[in-house]
Amino acid sequence: MARLPIWLRLAAGATFAFLYVPLAVVVAYSFNDSRLNAEWVGFTLDWYRVLFADQEMLLAARNSLFIALVSSLAATGLGTLAGLAMHRYRPPWLPLLVITPVAMPEILLGVSLLVFFIQVLHLTLGLLSVVLAHITFSIGFVAIIVRARLAGMDESIFEAARDLGANPWQTFRLVTFPLILPAVVAGFLMAFTLSIDDFVITFFTAGVGVSTLPLQIYSMIKIAVTPEVNAVSTLLMLLTLVLVAAASRMDRSFMKGGA
Amino acid sequence: MSRTEDRLSRWAVTAPPTLFLLAFFLVPALIVVLASFQYPGEFGGLAPLADPGDGSEHGLTLENYRFYFSDFLFTEILLRSFLVAAASTLICLVLAYPVAWLIARSPKQHRDLLVLLVILPFASNFLIRVYAWMIILGPQAGLAQAVNGLLGAFGLAPVSLLFSPFAVLVGMVYVHLPFMILPLYTNLEKHDPVLLDAAQDLGANAWQRFWRVTWPLSLPGVFSGSALVFIPVLGMFAIPDILGGTRDMLIGNLIKDQFLGVRDWPFGATLSIVLTLCVLGLAGLAAWAGKGGRHG
Repeated sequence: MARLPIWLRLAAGATFAFLYVPLAVVVAYSFNDSRLNAEWVGFTLDWYRVLFADQEMLLAARNSLFIALVSSLAATGLGTLAGLAMHRYRPPWLPLLVITPVAMPEILLGVSLLVFFIQVLHLTLGLLSVVLAHITFSIGFVAIIVRARLAGMDESIFEAARDLGANPWQTFRLVTFPLILPAVVAGFLMAFTLSIDDFVITFFTAGVGVSTLPLQIYSMIKIAVTPEVNAVSTLLMLLTLVLVAAASRMDRSFMKGGA
Repeated sequence: MSRTEDRLSRWAVTAPPTLFLLAFFLVPALIVVLASFQYPGEFGGLAPLADPGDGSEHGLTLENYRFYFSDFLFTEILLRSFLVAAASTLICLVLAYPVAWLIARSPKQHRDLLVLLVILPFASNFLIRVYAWMIILGPQAGLAQAVNGLLGAFGLAPVSLLFSPFAVLVGMVYVHLPFMILPLYTNLEKHDPVLLDAAQDLGANAWQRFWRVTWPLSLPGVFSGSALVFIPVLGMFAIPDILGGTRDMLIGNLIKDQFLGVRDWPFGATLSIVLTLCVLGLAGLAAWAGKGGRHG
Protein backbone atom coordinates (compact mmCIF):
# COMPACT_ATOMS: atom_id res chain seq x y z
CA MET A 1 0.00 0.00 0.00
CA ALA A 2 2.81 2.36 0.92
CA ARG A 3 4.35 2.13 -2.53
CA LEU A 4 1.24 3.45 -4.28
CA PRO A 5 1.93 7.00 -5.45
CA ILE A 6 -0.50 9.66 -4.34
CA TRP A 7 -1.62 10.55 -7.88
CA LEU A 8 -2.66 6.95 -8.40
CA ARG A 9 -4.84 7.05 -5.31
CA LEU A 10 -6.35 10.33 -6.45
CA ALA A 11 -7.09 8.87 -9.89
CA ALA A 12 -8.72 5.81 -8.34
CA GLY A 13 -10.71 8.02 -5.95
CA ALA A 14 -11.90 10.15 -8.86
CA THR A 15 -13.06 7.04 -10.71
CA PHE A 16 -14.99 5.85 -7.67
CA ALA A 17 -16.61 9.30 -7.53
CA PHE A 18 -17.43 8.99 -11.24
CA LEU A 19 -19.16 5.67 -10.44
CA TYR A 20 -21.22 6.95 -7.52
CA VAL A 21 -22.04 10.64 -8.07
CA PRO A 22 -24.58 10.05 -10.89
CA LEU A 23 -26.52 7.53 -8.81
CA ALA A 24 -26.44 9.87 -5.82
CA VAL A 25 -27.89 12.61 -8.04
CA VAL A 26 -30.82 10.37 -9.04
CA VAL A 27 -31.54 9.48 -5.42
CA ALA A 28 -31.23 13.08 -4.24
CA TYR A 29 -33.57 14.45 -6.89
CA SER A 30 -36.18 11.80 -6.03
CA PHE A 31 -36.68 13.80 -2.80
CA ASN A 32 -36.55 17.20 -4.48
CA ASP A 33 -39.62 19.41 -4.35
CA SER A 34 -39.42 20.53 -7.99
CA ARG A 35 -40.62 19.24 -11.33
CA LEU A 36 -37.21 19.93 -12.81
CA ASN A 37 -34.05 17.94 -12.17
CA ALA A 38 -32.09 21.17 -12.12
CA GLU A 39 -31.60 22.58 -8.65
CA TRP A 40 -32.37 21.61 -5.08
CA VAL A 41 -35.59 23.27 -3.89
CA GLY A 42 -36.62 21.38 -0.79
CA PHE A 43 -37.38 17.95 0.63
CA THR A 44 -40.55 16.12 -0.37
CA LEU A 45 -41.95 12.60 -0.61
CA ASP A 46 -44.43 13.68 -3.29
CA TRP A 47 -42.72 11.77 -6.10
CA TYR A 48 -43.10 8.54 -4.14
CA ARG A 49 -46.79 9.35 -3.64
CA VAL A 50 -47.16 9.96 -7.37
CA LEU A 51 -45.34 6.71 -8.02
CA PHE A 52 -47.59 4.60 -5.80
CA ALA A 53 -50.68 6.13 -7.40
CA ASP A 54 -49.43 5.35 -10.92
CA GLN A 55 -51.46 2.31 -11.97
CA GLU A 56 -49.39 1.66 -15.11
CA MET A 57 -46.20 1.66 -13.08
CA LEU A 58 -47.66 -0.68 -10.48
CA LEU A 59 -48.82 -3.08 -13.18
CA ALA A 60 -45.35 -2.95 -14.75
CA ALA A 61 -43.81 -3.70 -11.36
CA ARG A 62 -46.10 -6.69 -10.92
CA ASN A 63 -45.17 -7.98 -14.39
CA SER A 64 -41.48 -7.49 -13.64
CA LEU A 65 -41.71 -9.47 -10.41
CA PHE A 66 -43.72 -12.27 -12.03
CA ILE A 67 -41.33 -12.54 -14.99
CA ALA A 68 -38.27 -12.42 -12.74
CA LEU A 69 -39.61 -15.09 -10.39
CA VAL A 70 -40.71 -17.57 -13.07
CA SER A 71 -37.73 -17.09 -15.37
CA SER A 72 -35.13 -17.21 -12.60
CA LEU A 73 -36.61 -20.40 -11.12
CA ALA A 74 -36.52 -22.09 -14.53
CA ALA A 75 -33.06 -20.71 -15.33
CA THR A 76 -31.77 -21.91 -11.96
CA GLY A 77 -32.93 -25.45 -12.70
CA LEU A 78 -31.56 -25.52 -16.24
CA GLY A 79 -28.41 -23.57 -15.35
CA THR A 80 -27.58 -25.86 -12.42
CA LEU A 81 -27.90 -28.88 -14.73
CA ALA A 82 -25.75 -27.12 -17.32
CA GLY A 83 -23.09 -26.35 -14.69
CA LEU A 84 -23.11 -29.96 -13.50
CA ALA A 85 -22.94 -31.27 -17.06
CA MET A 86 -20.05 -28.96 -17.98
CA HIS A 87 -18.15 -30.03 -14.89
CA ARG A 88 -18.88 -33.75 -14.89
CA TYR A 89 -19.50 -34.85 -18.48
CA ARG A 90 -17.88 -32.02 -20.45
CA PRO A 91 -19.94 -32.26 -23.65
CA PRO A 92 -17.91 -30.10 -26.06
CA TRP A 93 -20.94 -28.19 -27.38
CA LEU A 94 -22.38 -27.11 -24.04
CA PRO A 95 -19.97 -24.30 -23.05
CA LEU A 96 -20.54 -22.76 -26.47
CA LEU A 97 -24.33 -22.99 -26.13
CA VAL A 98 -24.26 -21.65 -22.58
CA ILE A 99 -21.73 -18.83 -22.90
CA THR A 100 -22.49 -17.43 -26.36
CA PRO A 101 -25.91 -15.94 -25.49
CA VAL A 102 -24.23 -14.15 -22.58
CA ALA A 103 -21.22 -12.94 -24.59
CA MET A 104 -23.07 -11.61 -27.64
CA PRO A 105 -24.42 -8.06 -27.79
CA GLU A 106 -27.91 -8.33 -26.28
CA ILE A 107 -29.61 -6.87 -29.32
CA LEU A 108 -28.69 -9.96 -31.37
CA LEU A 109 -30.44 -12.32 -28.95
CA GLY A 110 -33.37 -9.88 -28.78
CA VAL A 111 -34.00 -9.71 -32.52
CA SER A 112 -33.42 -13.42 -33.09
CA LEU A 113 -36.02 -14.29 -30.45
CA LEU A 114 -38.41 -11.70 -31.89
CA VAL A 115 -38.20 -13.31 -35.33
CA PHE A 116 -38.37 -16.82 -33.85
CA PHE A 117 -41.42 -16.16 -31.66
CA ILE A 118 -43.40 -14.48 -34.39
CA GLN A 119 -42.27 -16.25 -37.53
CA VAL A 120 -41.77 -19.81 -36.24
CA LEU A 121 -43.84 -20.23 -33.08
CA HIS A 122 -46.60 -17.79 -34.19
CA LEU A 123 -46.67 -16.63 -30.58
CA THR A 124 -48.37 -13.41 -29.55
CA LEU A 125 -45.67 -11.45 -27.75
CA GLY A 126 -46.39 -11.07 -24.06
CA LEU A 127 -45.50 -12.50 -20.68
CA LEU A 128 -44.66 -15.96 -22.05
CA SER A 129 -42.25 -14.71 -24.72
CA VAL A 130 -40.48 -12.46 -22.21
CA VAL A 131 -40.15 -15.29 -19.68
CA LEU A 132 -38.69 -17.64 -22.31
CA ALA A 133 -36.24 -14.94 -23.44
CA HIS A 134 -35.12 -14.24 -19.88
CA ILE A 135 -34.55 -17.94 -19.18
CA THR A 136 -32.35 -18.09 -22.29
CA PHE A 137 -29.93 -15.37 -21.18
CA SER A 138 -29.97 -16.31 -17.48
CA ILE A 139 -28.97 -19.99 -17.84
CA GLY A 140 -25.37 -19.05 -18.64
CA PHE A 141 -24.89 -16.96 -15.49
CA VAL A 142 -26.27 -19.68 -13.21
CA ALA A 143 -24.19 -22.34 -14.99
CA ILE A 144 -20.97 -20.33 -14.63
CA ILE A 145 -21.53 -19.80 -10.89
CA VAL A 146 -22.42 -23.46 -10.26
CA ARG A 147 -19.49 -24.74 -12.31
CA ALA A 148 -17.07 -22.47 -10.44
CA ARG A 149 -18.33 -23.93 -7.15
CA LEU A 150 -17.96 -27.52 -8.44
CA ALA A 151 -14.46 -26.82 -9.73
CA GLY A 152 -13.37 -25.85 -6.24
CA MET A 153 -14.57 -29.11 -4.67
CA ASP A 154 -12.78 -32.33 -3.83
CA GLU A 155 -13.83 -35.05 -6.29
CA SER A 156 -13.13 -37.78 -3.77
CA ILE A 157 -16.35 -36.94 -1.86
CA PHE A 158 -18.42 -38.11 -4.83
CA GLU A 159 -16.30 -41.22 -5.24
CA ALA A 160 -16.76 -41.97 -1.55
CA ALA A 161 -20.54 -41.65 -1.93
CA ARG A 162 -20.45 -44.06 -4.85
CA ASP A 163 -18.19 -46.50 -3.02
CA LEU A 164 -20.65 -46.49 -0.14
CA GLY A 165 -23.32 -47.66 -2.56
CA ALA A 166 -25.18 -44.43 -3.40
CA ASN A 167 -26.79 -44.38 -6.85
CA PRO A 168 -26.37 -41.25 -9.01
CA TRP A 169 -29.63 -39.73 -7.78
CA GLN A 170 -28.74 -40.37 -4.14
CA THR A 171 -25.26 -38.95 -4.67
CA PHE A 172 -26.79 -35.84 -6.16
CA ARG A 173 -29.50 -35.42 -3.54
CA LEU A 174 -27.42 -36.20 -0.46
CA VAL A 175 -23.92 -35.02 -1.42
CA THR A 176 -23.66 -32.82 -4.51
CA PHE A 177 -26.75 -30.68 -4.07
CA PRO A 178 -26.18 -29.66 -0.43
CA LEU A 179 -22.62 -28.74 -1.34
CA ILE A 180 -23.52 -26.59 -4.35
CA LEU A 181 -26.63 -25.08 -2.74
CA PRO A 182 -24.99 -21.71 -1.92
CA ALA A 183 -23.97 -21.38 -5.58
CA VAL A 184 -27.45 -22.40 -6.72
CA VAL A 185 -29.05 -19.75 -4.50
CA ALA A 186 -26.51 -17.16 -5.65
CA GLY A 187 -27.30 -18.13 -9.26
CA PHE A 188 -31.01 -17.75 -8.60
CA LEU A 189 -30.53 -14.27 -7.10
CA MET A 190 -28.30 -13.33 -10.02
CA ALA A 191 -30.90 -14.54 -12.55
CA PHE A 192 -33.63 -12.69 -10.66
CA THR A 193 -31.59 -9.46 -10.69
CA LEU A 194 -30.75 -9.80 -14.38
CA SER A 195 -34.39 -10.41 -15.25
CA ILE A 196 -35.79 -7.53 -13.24
CA ASP A 197 -33.15 -5.21 -14.74
CA ASP A 198 -33.23 -6.36 -18.35
CA PHE A 199 -34.21 -3.76 -20.89
CA VAL A 200 -32.83 -4.66 -24.32
CA ILE A 201 -34.10 -8.24 -24.69
CA THR A 202 -37.42 -7.38 -23.05
CA PHE A 203 -37.76 -4.44 -25.43
CA PHE A 204 -37.76 -6.81 -28.41
CA THR A 205 -39.79 -9.67 -26.95
CA ALA A 206 -42.53 -7.89 -24.96
CA GLY A 207 -44.63 -6.60 -27.84
CA VAL A 208 -47.27 -4.00 -27.09
CA GLY A 209 -49.26 -6.06 -24.63
CA VAL A 210 -47.00 -6.17 -21.63
CA SER A 211 -44.82 -3.63 -19.84
CA THR A 212 -42.08 -4.09 -17.26
CA LEU A 213 -40.39 -1.58 -14.97
CA PRO A 214 -37.41 -0.97 -17.30
CA LEU A 215 -39.77 -0.58 -20.30
CA GLN A 216 -41.88 1.86 -18.30
CA ILE A 217 -38.78 3.83 -17.25
CA TYR A 218 -37.59 3.90 -20.85
CA SER A 219 -40.84 5.31 -22.18
CA MET A 220 -40.90 7.90 -19.41
CA ILE A 221 -37.37 9.15 -20.07
CA LYS A 222 -38.00 9.14 -23.83
CA ILE A 223 -41.27 11.05 -23.63
CA ALA A 224 -41.49 13.15 -20.47
CA VAL A 225 -39.00 13.08 -17.64
CA THR A 226 -40.57 13.73 -14.25
CA PRO A 227 -38.94 13.08 -10.86
CA GLU A 228 -41.26 10.07 -10.59
CA VAL A 229 -38.54 8.33 -12.63
CA ASN A 230 -36.05 9.21 -9.89
CA ALA A 231 -38.37 7.73 -7.29
CA VAL A 232 -38.90 4.42 -9.10
CA SER A 233 -35.17 4.30 -9.89
CA THR A 234 -34.28 4.77 -6.23
CA LEU A 235 -36.59 1.96 -5.15
CA LEU A 236 -35.30 -0.33 -7.89
CA MET A 237 -31.70 0.43 -6.84
CA LEU A 238 -32.59 -0.45 -3.27
CA LEU A 239 -34.04 -3.77 -4.44
CA THR A 240 -30.99 -4.75 -6.52
CA LEU A 241 -28.70 -3.64 -3.71
CA VAL A 242 -30.39 -6.13 -1.39
CA LEU A 243 -30.33 -8.88 -4.03
CA VAL A 244 -26.66 -8.41 -4.89
CA ALA A 245 -25.64 -8.24 -1.24
CA ALA A 246 -27.56 -11.45 -0.60
CA ALA A 247 -26.03 -13.19 -3.60
CA SER A 248 -22.45 -12.23 -2.74
CA ARG A 249 -23.04 -13.40 0.84
CA MET A 250 -24.15 -16.77 -0.49
CA ASP A 251 -21.23 -17.40 -2.75
CA ARG A 252 -17.95 -15.69 -3.42
CA SER A 253 -17.67 -16.99 -6.98
CA PHE A 254 -20.78 -14.90 -7.69
CA MET A 255 -18.47 -11.92 -8.05
CA LYS A 256 -16.45 -13.62 -10.74
CA GLY A 257 -19.58 -14.98 -12.40
CA GLY A 258 -21.09 -11.51 -12.37
CA ALA A 259 -18.06 -10.16 -14.13
CA MET B 1 -23.25 -48.59 -10.35
CA SER B 2 -24.50 -49.94 -13.65
CA ARG B 3 -23.56 -48.54 -17.00
CA THR B 4 -27.19 -47.82 -17.98
CA GLU B 5 -27.64 -45.90 -14.77
CA ASP B 6 -24.60 -43.81 -15.56
CA ARG B 7 -25.76 -43.14 -19.08
CA LEU B 8 -29.23 -42.25 -17.83
CA SER B 9 -27.94 -39.70 -15.30
CA ARG B 10 -25.62 -38.24 -17.90
CA TRP B 11 -28.57 -37.79 -20.22
CA ALA B 12 -30.84 -36.39 -17.48
CA VAL B 13 -28.26 -33.74 -16.60
CA THR B 14 -27.12 -32.75 -20.08
CA ALA B 15 -30.30 -32.94 -22.16
CA PRO B 16 -32.61 -30.32 -20.59
CA PRO B 17 -30.26 -27.30 -20.82
CA THR B 18 -28.94 -28.46 -24.19
CA LEU B 19 -32.42 -28.87 -25.68
CA PHE B 20 -33.64 -25.55 -24.26
CA LEU B 21 -30.67 -23.62 -25.62
CA LEU B 22 -30.87 -25.38 -28.98
CA ALA B 23 -34.52 -24.34 -29.25
CA PHE B 24 -34.23 -20.78 -27.92
CA PHE B 25 -30.72 -19.78 -28.88
CA LEU B 26 -29.33 -21.80 -31.79
CA VAL B 27 -32.54 -22.21 -33.83
CA PRO B 28 -33.44 -18.48 -33.56
CA ALA B 29 -29.87 -17.60 -34.57
CA LEU B 30 -30.15 -19.82 -37.64
CA ILE B 31 -33.56 -18.34 -38.46
CA VAL B 32 -31.92 -14.90 -38.55
CA VAL B 33 -29.29 -16.21 -40.99
CA LEU B 34 -32.10 -17.55 -43.18
CA ALA B 35 -34.12 -14.32 -42.81
CA SER B 36 -31.18 -12.30 -44.10
CA PHE B 37 -31.66 -14.10 -47.44
CA GLN B 38 -35.44 -13.62 -47.58
CA TYR B 39 -37.73 -10.89 -48.88
CA PRO B 40 -39.72 -8.68 -46.52
CA GLY B 41 -43.34 -9.68 -46.05
CA GLU B 42 -46.10 -7.49 -47.40
CA PHE B 43 -47.25 -6.49 -43.92
CA GLY B 44 -43.92 -6.70 -42.10
CA GLY B 45 -42.25 -9.94 -41.14
CA LEU B 46 -40.85 -12.20 -43.83
CA ALA B 47 -42.16 -13.17 -47.26
CA PRO B 48 -42.85 -16.90 -47.62
CA LEU B 49 -40.14 -19.26 -48.87
CA ALA B 50 -42.57 -21.26 -51.02
CA ASP B 51 -44.35 -19.65 -53.96
CA PRO B 52 -47.79 -18.48 -52.72
CA GLY B 53 -48.93 -18.48 -56.37
CA ASP B 54 -50.03 -14.84 -56.54
CA GLY B 55 -46.86 -13.50 -58.10
CA SER B 56 -45.65 -11.86 -54.88
CA GLU B 57 -42.02 -12.04 -53.74
CA HIS B 58 -40.89 -15.31 -52.21
CA GLY B 59 -37.89 -17.60 -51.82
CA LEU B 60 -34.26 -16.68 -51.24
CA THR B 61 -32.30 -13.64 -52.42
CA LEU B 62 -29.00 -11.84 -52.06
CA GLU B 63 -30.81 -8.51 -52.39
CA ASN B 64 -30.37 -7.54 -48.70
CA TYR B 65 -26.60 -7.94 -48.86
CA ARG B 66 -26.49 -6.13 -52.20
CA PHE B 67 -28.46 -3.30 -50.61
CA TYR B 68 -26.06 -3.18 -47.66
CA PHE B 69 -23.08 -2.70 -49.97
CA SER B 70 -24.94 -0.40 -52.39
CA ASP B 71 -24.90 2.52 -49.97
CA PHE B 72 -21.75 3.46 -48.09
CA LEU B 73 -23.96 4.96 -45.37
CA PHE B 74 -24.36 1.54 -43.72
CA THR B 75 -20.63 0.86 -43.63
CA GLU B 76 -20.14 4.37 -42.32
CA ILE B 77 -22.52 3.67 -39.42
CA LEU B 78 -20.67 0.41 -38.74
CA LEU B 79 -17.32 2.21 -38.76
CA ARG B 80 -18.70 4.86 -36.42
CA SER B 81 -19.81 2.06 -34.07
CA PHE B 82 -16.26 0.66 -34.16
CA LEU B 83 -14.85 4.12 -33.45
CA VAL B 84 -17.17 4.66 -30.46
CA ALA B 85 -16.39 1.15 -29.18
CA ALA B 86 -12.64 1.73 -29.53
CA ALA B 87 -12.81 5.13 -27.81
CA SER B 88 -15.00 3.75 -24.99
CA THR B 89 -12.62 0.81 -24.48
CA LEU B 90 -9.58 3.08 -24.35
CA ILE B 91 -11.17 5.51 -21.88
CA CYS B 92 -12.37 2.60 -19.72
CA LEU B 93 -8.84 1.18 -19.72
CA VAL B 94 -7.31 4.48 -18.60
CA LEU B 95 -9.91 4.93 -15.84
CA ALA B 96 -9.91 1.29 -14.75
CA TYR B 97 -6.18 0.69 -14.43
CA PRO B 98 -5.55 2.86 -11.34
CA VAL B 99 -8.64 1.45 -9.61
CA ALA B 100 -7.73 -2.16 -10.40
CA TRP B 101 -4.18 -1.52 -9.27
CA LEU B 102 -5.29 0.15 -6.06
CA ILE B 103 -7.57 -2.80 -5.20
CA ALA B 104 -4.90 -5.36 -6.07
CA ARG B 105 -2.34 -3.63 -3.83
CA SER B 106 -4.76 -3.04 -0.95
CA PRO B 107 -4.54 -5.20 2.18
CA LYS B 108 -6.31 -8.52 1.61
CA GLN B 109 -9.15 -7.78 4.03
CA HIS B 110 -10.13 -4.61 2.11
CA ARG B 111 -10.15 -6.12 -1.37
CA ASP B 112 -13.57 -7.80 -1.25
CA LEU B 113 -15.18 -4.60 -0.03
CA LEU B 114 -13.53 -2.56 -2.79
CA VAL B 115 -14.62 -5.08 -5.42
CA LEU B 116 -18.15 -4.86 -4.05
CA LEU B 117 -17.94 -1.06 -4.36
CA VAL B 118 -17.15 -1.52 -8.06
CA ILE B 119 -19.97 -4.03 -8.60
CA LEU B 120 -22.71 -2.16 -6.75
CA PRO B 121 -23.32 0.71 -9.18
CA PHE B 122 -23.17 -1.78 -12.02
CA ALA B 123 -25.87 -3.83 -10.32
CA SER B 124 -28.31 -0.94 -10.47
CA ASN B 125 -30.52 -0.82 -13.52
CA PHE B 126 -28.79 0.00 -16.78
CA LEU B 127 -31.41 2.58 -17.82
CA ILE B 128 -31.13 4.35 -14.48
CA ARG B 129 -27.39 4.74 -14.96
CA VAL B 130 -27.96 6.22 -18.41
CA TYR B 131 -30.79 8.41 -17.15
CA ALA B 132 -28.51 9.81 -14.42
CA TRP B 133 -26.38 11.36 -17.17
CA MET B 134 -29.48 12.88 -18.75
CA ILE B 135 -29.83 14.86 -15.52
CA ILE B 136 -26.15 15.72 -15.16
CA LEU B 137 -25.61 16.76 -18.78
CA GLY B 138 -29.03 18.40 -19.17
CA PRO B 139 -29.23 22.04 -20.25
CA GLN B 140 -30.61 23.21 -16.89
CA ALA B 141 -27.94 21.44 -14.86
CA GLY B 142 -24.92 23.24 -13.44
CA LEU B 143 -22.38 21.50 -15.67
CA ALA B 144 -23.87 22.70 -18.96
CA GLN B 145 -24.37 26.20 -17.57
CA ALA B 146 -20.77 26.36 -16.38
CA VAL B 147 -19.41 25.12 -19.71
CA ASN B 148 -21.58 27.52 -21.68
CA GLY B 149 -20.72 30.38 -19.34
CA LEU B 150 -17.05 29.70 -20.04
CA LEU B 151 -17.66 29.46 -23.78
CA GLY B 152 -19.68 32.68 -23.64
CA ALA B 153 -16.82 34.48 -21.88
CA PHE B 154 -14.63 33.66 -24.88
CA GLY B 155 -17.38 34.79 -27.24
CA LEU B 156 -18.20 31.25 -28.39
CA ALA B 157 -21.67 29.89 -29.11
CA PRO B 158 -23.25 27.70 -26.42
CA VAL B 159 -23.14 23.93 -26.95
CA SER B 160 -25.49 21.15 -25.88
CA LEU B 161 -23.75 18.53 -23.76
CA LEU B 162 -26.76 16.24 -23.88
CA PHE B 163 -27.78 14.66 -27.21
CA SER B 164 -24.20 14.76 -28.47
CA PRO B 165 -21.44 12.26 -29.30
CA PHE B 166 -19.79 13.37 -26.06
CA ALA B 167 -22.85 12.30 -24.04
CA VAL B 168 -22.94 8.94 -25.86
CA LEU B 169 -19.29 8.32 -24.99
CA VAL B 170 -19.79 9.28 -21.34
CA GLY B 171 -22.76 6.91 -21.11
CA MET B 172 -20.88 4.04 -22.78
CA VAL B 173 -17.88 4.44 -20.47
CA TYR B 174 -20.03 4.78 -17.37
CA VAL B 175 -22.11 1.69 -18.06
CA HIS B 176 -19.19 -0.57 -19.03
CA LEU B 177 -16.40 0.56 -16.69
CA PRO B 178 -16.81 -2.30 -14.16
CA PHE B 179 -16.34 -4.81 -17.00
CA MET B 180 -12.83 -3.42 -17.42
CA ILE B 181 -11.98 -3.02 -13.74
CA LEU B 182 -12.86 -6.56 -12.65
CA PRO B 183 -10.78 -8.65 -15.10
CA LEU B 184 -7.88 -6.20 -14.72
CA TYR B 185 -8.03 -6.57 -10.95
CA THR B 186 -8.22 -10.37 -11.18
CA ASN B 187 -5.04 -10.26 -13.26
CA LEU B 188 -3.11 -7.65 -11.25
CA GLU B 189 -3.91 -9.43 -7.98
CA LYS B 190 -1.91 -12.44 -9.17
CA HIS B 191 1.30 -10.48 -9.87
CA ASP B 192 4.16 -11.32 -7.55
CA PRO B 193 5.39 -8.06 -5.90
CA VAL B 194 8.86 -9.62 -5.79
CA LEU B 195 9.14 -8.97 -9.54
CA LEU B 196 8.82 -5.22 -8.98
CA ASP B 197 11.38 -5.33 -6.15
CA ALA B 198 13.76 -7.16 -8.45
CA ALA B 199 13.23 -4.58 -11.18
CA GLN B 200 13.90 -1.80 -8.68
CA ASP B 201 17.08 -3.50 -7.45
CA LEU B 202 18.21 -3.70 -11.05
CA GLY B 203 17.80 0.08 -11.34
CA ALA B 204 14.42 0.40 -13.08
CA ASN B 205 12.52 3.62 -12.26
CA ALA B 206 8.79 3.69 -11.53
CA TRP B 207 7.83 4.16 -15.18
CA GLN B 208 10.13 1.37 -16.36
CA ARG B 209 8.80 -0.95 -13.66
CA PHE B 210 5.28 -0.33 -14.92
CA TRP B 211 6.02 -0.44 -18.63
CA ARG B 212 8.46 -3.35 -18.66
CA VAL B 213 7.00 -5.54 -15.87
CA THR B 214 3.42 -4.80 -14.80
CA TRP B 215 1.93 -3.80 -18.16
CA PRO B 216 3.14 -6.84 -20.18
CA LEU B 217 2.00 -9.18 -17.40
CA SER B 218 -1.40 -7.51 -17.27
CA LEU B 219 -2.09 -7.91 -21.00
CA PRO B 220 -4.40 -10.94 -20.62
CA GLY B 221 -6.53 -8.87 -18.22
CA VAL B 222 -6.41 -5.91 -20.60
CA PHE B 223 -7.58 -8.12 -23.48
CA SER B 224 -10.46 -9.76 -21.63
CA GLY B 225 -11.58 -6.42 -20.17
CA SER B 226 -11.39 -4.82 -23.62
CA ALA B 227 -13.49 -7.60 -25.15
CA LEU B 228 -16.08 -7.18 -22.37
CA VAL B 229 -16.34 -3.45 -23.13
CA PHE B 230 -15.86 -3.38 -26.89
CA ILE B 231 -18.40 -6.06 -27.83
CA PRO B 232 -21.44 -4.75 -25.92
CA VAL B 233 -20.68 -1.15 -26.95
CA LEU B 234 -20.55 -2.25 -30.59
CA GLY B 235 -24.15 -3.50 -30.44
CA MET B 236 -25.56 -0.86 -28.09
CA PHE B 237 -28.68 1.02 -29.18
CA ALA B 238 -30.18 2.33 -25.93
CA ILE B 239 -27.41 4.76 -24.98
CA PRO B 240 -27.28 6.59 -28.35
CA ASP B 241 -31.08 6.45 -28.30
CA ILE B 242 -31.29 8.25 -24.94
CA LEU B 243 -28.14 10.41 -24.78
CA GLY B 244 -27.30 10.87 -28.46
CA GLY B 245 -28.64 13.19 -31.12
CA THR B 246 -30.19 12.10 -34.38
CA ARG B 247 -26.77 11.98 -36.04
CA ASP B 248 -25.21 9.69 -33.42
CA MET B 249 -26.90 6.55 -34.78
CA LEU B 250 -24.90 3.36 -34.36
CA ILE B 251 -25.35 -0.07 -35.93
CA GLY B 252 -27.56 -1.14 -32.98
CA ASN B 253 -29.96 1.74 -33.65
CA LEU B 254 -30.07 0.83 -37.32
CA ILE B 255 -30.93 -2.79 -36.46
CA LYS B 256 -33.59 -1.73 -33.97
CA ASP B 257 -35.21 0.54 -36.56
CA GLN B 258 -35.41 -2.27 -39.12
CA PHE B 259 -37.30 -4.49 -36.69
CA LEU B 260 -39.46 -2.01 -34.80
CA GLY B 261 -39.52 1.10 -37.01
CA VAL B 262 -39.49 0.60 -40.79
CA ARG B 263 -40.22 -3.13 -40.34
CA ASP B 264 -37.77 -4.44 -42.92
CA TRP B 265 -36.93 -7.65 -41.09
CA PRO B 266 -34.71 -9.19 -43.78
CA PHE B 267 -32.46 -6.13 -43.91
CA GLY B 268 -32.46 -6.03 -40.11
CA ALA B 269 -31.38 -9.67 -40.17
CA THR B 270 -28.61 -8.83 -42.65
CA LEU B 271 -27.34 -6.07 -40.38
CA SER B 272 -27.47 -8.51 -37.44
CA ILE B 273 -25.37 -10.97 -39.41
CA VAL B 274 -22.84 -8.23 -40.24
CA LEU B 275 -22.65 -7.33 -36.54
CA THR B 276 -22.37 -11.01 -35.55
CA LEU B 277 -19.48 -11.50 -37.97
CA CYS B 278 -17.71 -8.45 -36.53
CA VAL B 279 -18.19 -9.77 -32.98
CA LEU B 280 -16.99 -13.27 -33.88
CA GLY B 281 -13.95 -11.77 -35.61
CA LEU B 282 -13.17 -9.66 -32.54
CA ALA B 283 -13.68 -12.59 -30.16
CA GLY B 284 -11.29 -14.67 -32.25
CA LEU B 285 -8.79 -11.82 -32.26
CA ALA B 286 -9.08 -11.37 -28.48
CA ALA B 287 -8.61 -15.10 -27.87
CA TRP B 288 -5.56 -15.12 -30.14
CA ALA B 289 -4.09 -11.98 -28.56
CA GLY B 290 -4.82 -13.30 -25.05
CA LYS B 291 -2.88 -16.46 -25.83
CA GLY B 292 0.02 -14.46 -27.25
CA GLY B 293 -0.02 -12.27 -24.13
CA ARG B 294 0.31 -15.27 -21.85
CA HIS B 295 3.18 -16.82 -23.76
CA GLY B 296 4.98 -13.58 -24.49
